[in-house]
Amino acid sequence: MIPTLIVFAYLATVVYIGVFAFRHGGRSNSAEQFFVAGRQLGPLVFLLSLFGTNMTAFAILGASGFSFQNGIVTYGLMASSSALVIPLCLFLFGTRIWALGKKHGYLTPVQMYRDRWQCGDIGTVIFIVQAVLLVPYIIIGVMGGGTALAAISGGLIPYWAGGAVVAVVVMSYVFFGGMRGTAWVNTLQTALFLIFGAVAFVLIGRGMGGFGEAAAALASAPETRALLTRERFTPEFFLSYTLIPLSSITFPHMSIFCLTARRMAQFKPTVMLYPICMVAVWLPSVFLGVAANHARGVPAIERKLEARARLAQPGLAPEQRADLRRQAGGDDILLVLLHHYAPVWLAGVLGAGIMAAVMASDSQILALSTMFTEDVFAYYGGKERFGEAAQVNTGRAFVVAVTAVAYLIALEAPARIFDLAVQYAFSGFAAMTPLLVGALFWRRSTRWGALAVAVWTLAAVAAVAAFQAFVPPPASGQTVVWEMGGAAALARTPGGTTVFGYLPVVPMTLISALLMWAVSLATRPPDAATVARFIPARHAHR
Amino acid sequence: MQRAGLTGLVLLVYAAHQDVWWWRETGPMLFGFLPPGLWYHVGYTLAVSALMGLLVWRAWPAWLEEEVERHAHPHEEREV
Repeated sequence: MIPTLIVFAYLATVVYIGVFAFRHGGRSNSAEQFFVAGRQLGPLVFLLSLFGTNMTAFAILGASGFSFQNGIVTYGLMASSSALVIPLCLFLFGTRIWALGKKHGYLTPVQMYRDRWQCGDIGTVIFIVQAVLLVPYIIIGVMGGGTALAAISGGLIPYWAGGAVVAVVVMSYVFFGGMRGTAWVNTLQTALFLIFGAVAFVLIGRGMGGFGEAAAALASAPETRALLTRERFTPEFFLSYTLIPLSSITFPHMSIFCLTARRMAQFKPTVMLYPICMVAVWLPSVFLGVAANHARGVPAIERKLEARARLAQPGLAPEQRADLRRQAGGDDILLVLLHHYAPVWLAGVLGAGIMAAVMASDSQILALSTMFTEDVFAYYGGKERFGEAAQVNTGRAFVVAVTAVAYLIALEAPARIFDLAVQYAFSGFAAMTPLLVGALFWRRSTRWGALAVAVWTLAAVAAVAAFQAFVPPPASGQTVVWEMGGAAALARTPGGTTVFGYLPVVPMTLISALLMWAVSLATRPPDAATVARFIPARHAHR
Repeated sequence: MQRAGLTGLVLLVYAAHQDVWWWRETGPMLFGFLPPGLWYHVGYTLAVSALMGLLVWRAWPAWLEEEVERHAHPHEEREV
C-alpha cells in the first residue's frame, strides 16, 4: 500500500509541474513557447530531459524483461549500440536541425523538409508516415503504465486502471505545460531514476545473496548458462540491432527536442555524457533481469519460470502457447524484484522512478500534437484563419484525443512491449534516416527521393506486420518461407522476421538509402538558392 | 586529413561492437559477476564517451552557430 501511495504522490507532483510550467510561461498562447519551450532550455535540463525522453517503458521494463528471457545479450543489442549511434546522430544531425530551426523558425521536421525540397503535399505524406509510426511508441507508454502500476500495487490496481491513470496524468501535464512542462518532468524523472536506481541495484543484489553467487549459479546450470552468453542469437541478428538506434534522431519528438536548446553548445555535454547515462540505467536493468532467473522464493518469478519450462514442451496448441508466453513474459520483472527485495519506502520511490520512465511517452504525444497543428492545421490555413491562440488550443485538444486513442489500443494490444516497439516504430524510423542525410548533407537530393523513402518505409512496415500476422511464429527455431541459394531469404522466428538472417530493419534502411539516391538522381534537383540555405557550398557532399 | 582520421576512428569503434570472439564464453567474470559479453560492452560504452569527447574537441561544427548569429544580426559586422 505504501509504495502505491508514494507513486500517487509522485504522479500528483508531475501534474503540478505541468501547471507550474503553464504559469511560468505566462499562460502564453505562443506556438513557439508551447511546442519548443521558446527555444530556451538550459544545458542540464537539455541533457537530462533528452535522455529521459529516450528512457521509456521500452528501455526500463522492456529491457529487463527481455534480459530475463534472453540474458546479457540485451545490453549489447540495444544499450552499447545506442550509446554510439545516438550521440553521433545528435552530433551530426541534431546540431544542424537546431541551427536550421533557429534560423528559419521551424517547429517540426516536416516544415524543414517542405522548405528544403519545396514540397507541400509530399511533406504531408511524410507527416502521415511519421504519425502512423509514432502511435505504437505512444501505446508502449500506456501499456507500460498499466503494467507498472498493477505490479507496484501488488495487483490492487488492475492493468486497465493503471493505464488510464498514467494516460490522464501524462495528458494533464502535457496539456498545461507543453514542452517546458514535459522537459521539467523528464528531468525530474531521469534524476530520480539515476539516483535511486543505483541504490536498488545494490539492495536487490544483497537480498539475492550477492550477484557473484547468482552469476555463478546461472553459469553452472545447463538451462541458464546461455543467459550469460550470446549463443542464442546470431552475429547477424546482433549486427542488425546497431541500425535501430538511427531511429532516435528521426523520431519527430527527438528532432523537435533538438530545437529547444538555447545555444548549440548545449549539445556538447549531452553528446559526451549520453553514453555514461546509458551505462547507469541499462546495466542495472539488464543485470537485474538476468539475475532474476536465480531468485528463489519469489512466487511471481517461479510462476514465470514454470510457464517458460512448459513452453519448451512440444505439442502445445497455439492458444496454449500464446497464454504461456504471456505468463512467462518479463515486462514486470523489475517491479517484482523491487516488491520482494527492497524496503517498502524504496520500492515506492523506485516504483515512482519506473513510472517516470514509463511516462516518457509525454514527448511523443506532444510531438504528434506539434506536428498536427504545424504541419496540417497551420499549413492548410488554420493559423491564418483562426489565429495562433486557436492553433495552440488545437494542439491541446489533439493531446487529449491522441492519449485517449492510445489508451484504447493499449487495452487490446497483445504483443509484448519490447517486440511491439522494435518491430514497428523503431525499424520504420530507422528506415527514414536517408531523409535527414539527404536534407542536411546531400545537395542533389530531391523531393521525389524523399517521397520514395516515405512510401517505401510505410509499405515495408505494413508488409512486415502483415507477414507476421499471417505466418504464425514457430515454437522454436525458424519457419523458412522463402529460400534462395540454400539460404533462408525470408523466415518467421518466434520473435519476428528475418531476411537472410538479418532483422527487417537492415533491408528496410538499405533500400531506403538506395531509393533516395537513385530517385534523386533521376529527377530534377531543387534550385541552387534553396539548397544553399541548407547546405553552404563548403560543407556539401556532391 | 583530420576529418578522414576521425571518420576512420568512428568506423573502427562501430566495428568493435561486433565482438564475436567470446560469443559463447561465460568467463572470465569481472568483479565476480559480470560475464565478458557484458563487461566488454560496458567498457565499450565508456570508450564511446571518450570518442564523443574527441569529436566535440576536434570536429565541433562551430560555424553552424556563427551562421545563426549572422542571420540573427545581419548588420552587426558592418556596424563594428
